Amino acid sequence: MRELIVYAEQKGGMLVDVSLEMMAQAVQLSHRINGTISAILIGDSCGYNADELICHGAHKVYLVEDKRLALYQNAATAKVVADILSVQSPEIVLIGGTSVGTDVAARVAARLRTGLTAHCIDLSIEEIDGEDQLVQTVPGWGGRMSVKIVCPQRRPQIVTIRPGVMEKGDPDPTRRGDLIPVMPVLTEDDFGARTLAFVEEKTKAGSLDDARIIVSGGFGLYGSGGFRLIEALADVVNGEIAGTRPAVDHGWIEEERLIGQSGKNVRPRLFISIGTSGAMHYTTGFSRAQVVVAIDRNASAPIFDVAHIGIVGDLNRIIPCIIKELTKEALPERTRS
Amino acid sequence: MNIVACVKQVPDTEALIKVKADGSGIEEGGIKWVMSPYDEFGVEEALKTKEKFGGEVTIVSIGPARTMETVRTALAMGAEKGIHIDDPALYNADAYATASALAAAIKGIPHDIIFCGMRAIDDDSGQVGSILAELLGLPSVTVITKLDIEGSTAKAIKPIEGAQLLIETSLPCVITAQKGLNEPRYASLPGIMKAKKKPVEVKKAADLGLTVEQKSTVAKMSPPPARPPGKIIQGDDPAAKAAEVIRLLREEAKVI
Repeated sequence: MRELIVYAEQKGGMLVDVSLEMMAQAVQLSHRINGTISAILIGDSCGYNADELICHGAHKVYLVEDKRLALYQNAATAKVVADILSVQSPEIVLIGGTSVGTDVAARVAARLRTGLTAHCIDLSIEEIDGEDQLVQTVPGWGGRMSVKIVCPQRRPQIVTIRPGVMEKGDPDPTRRGDLIPVMPVLTEDDFGARTLAFVEEKTKAGSLDDARIIVSGGFGLYGSGGFRLIEALADVVNGEIAGTRPAVDHGWIEEERLIGQSGKNVRPRLFISIGTSGAMHYTTGFSRAQVVVAIDRNASAPIFDVAHIGIVGDLNRIIPCIIKELTKEALPERTRS
Repeated sequence: MNIVACVKQVPDTEALIKVKADGSGIEEGGIKWVMSPYDEFGVEEALKTKEKFGGEVTIVSIGPARTMETVRTALAMGAEKGIHIDDPALYNADAYATASALAAAIKGIPHDIIFCGMRAIDDDSGQVGSILAELLGLPSVTVITKLDIEGSTAKAIKPIEGAQLLIETSLPCVITAQKGLNEPRYASLPGIMKAKKKPVEVKKAADLGLTVEQKSTVAKMSPPPARPPGKIIQGDDPAAKAAEVIRLLREEAKVI
């Protein structure tokens, strides 16, 4: 039976979202190649996360518990993962396209002398030259291109998956799987660089990753008091604020709220883009939003090509009208409570 | 200290990218080529390291003849010399083949620390630094925003989603640079003049004893799928347009 292996990344003792998003993807792919699904779980004591992986479709969980791996250690983790893959010879390996996943995946692929495709947004199995191949789609040139990549000769086929582009599946608590403890073979020399500390950052605002509504602004707000309008609108729709590169460069918004190729990839129900021309390296960051509303004074701005609903006009007049429209209907409810 | 900085020449971020008719690559005509912005942070950190500890900075780059311009840009910023690997077998190389070529060139020169950008802005893959480290048998610290070198060790800060990792490594090592690490300097006019006389070796893969081994291949490139056109709310009255968008979002899209 062919095997698909998912590297189950954890942060602060919990599985990160993309780990479960990849499990759902692995389930789909396993049907196509008639394969089994395994997960690799690495940490100090982290076996409690195995059940969640099994509920999401893992038939086997390779559990590596070692005090030296309590924090993410790139070279040592790469060796442990590569050692498991060498023994198992899986067909496909999925790793999260997070900071940690991207770092470990490249070292694993290099150790196994196989190909790695980074930040995939879509995967499919196609028969090419009489063999089932994993066709890996990535956005190239800042989303201005869609590139399909294959790894024809080498196995395993390793990819990292962009967080947030695939849906998690529903857990099924009746699923059963095997927990397989693996003793890592690690000497001091295998560590290379050492992670000494993991410091969680307290961000003052909420997270864009889970936001249902995002209001994002760009250079078109120049002369409108920067982000004052964006903040006011976000406030009434209970949304998070975000912005384009020029908005970040003008100091209107923090770097961590940058949307697009070099920033965040988000998937809200509603994305409102205000005063943004719609450069491809920006729009690629919200291509999975359910509904996109664009407001800009330039009718020929490319943002209107990607928006579901567009309004052309003066931001200084339209946004206050929208805020007024929203608050006037919300007011009676507030007085009741 | 012997310092190496790897740079890649990429299309300018604003360049209009068109796919070749056969889907094998991009049309290069009319494109303005620049040093990948993350590599500029790498070059800057290499120069700062040299200014602090002495030594020299060697630039390594892979690409066709036009790549020389990017190598000269790094020399104009202050690096001492360059290696330009110009071999058609590497023009469309994947990350593994690219890293192998860089490794082959770097093996032949003394190296205490190697800087790369955290990723190139064309293929966005972000793998070369890590593979290079693995091939050279060196530790790597990737995507960092702070670096402190003391003696033969370095401490770095790597931001990850919602947290930071503090990482320590011995030298030699590979470092990949993220925005925030520094502010890259501009090349001065005297720097540009001097750069013209600085030595750059041009090498083929065979000169480095390298057989190009590609692991992945691009099956097809295409423009991203088009979406059906959206609805533009017409009219002159901002209040009416505001009311209509709220109605659509509430009643049709049901997202607020």
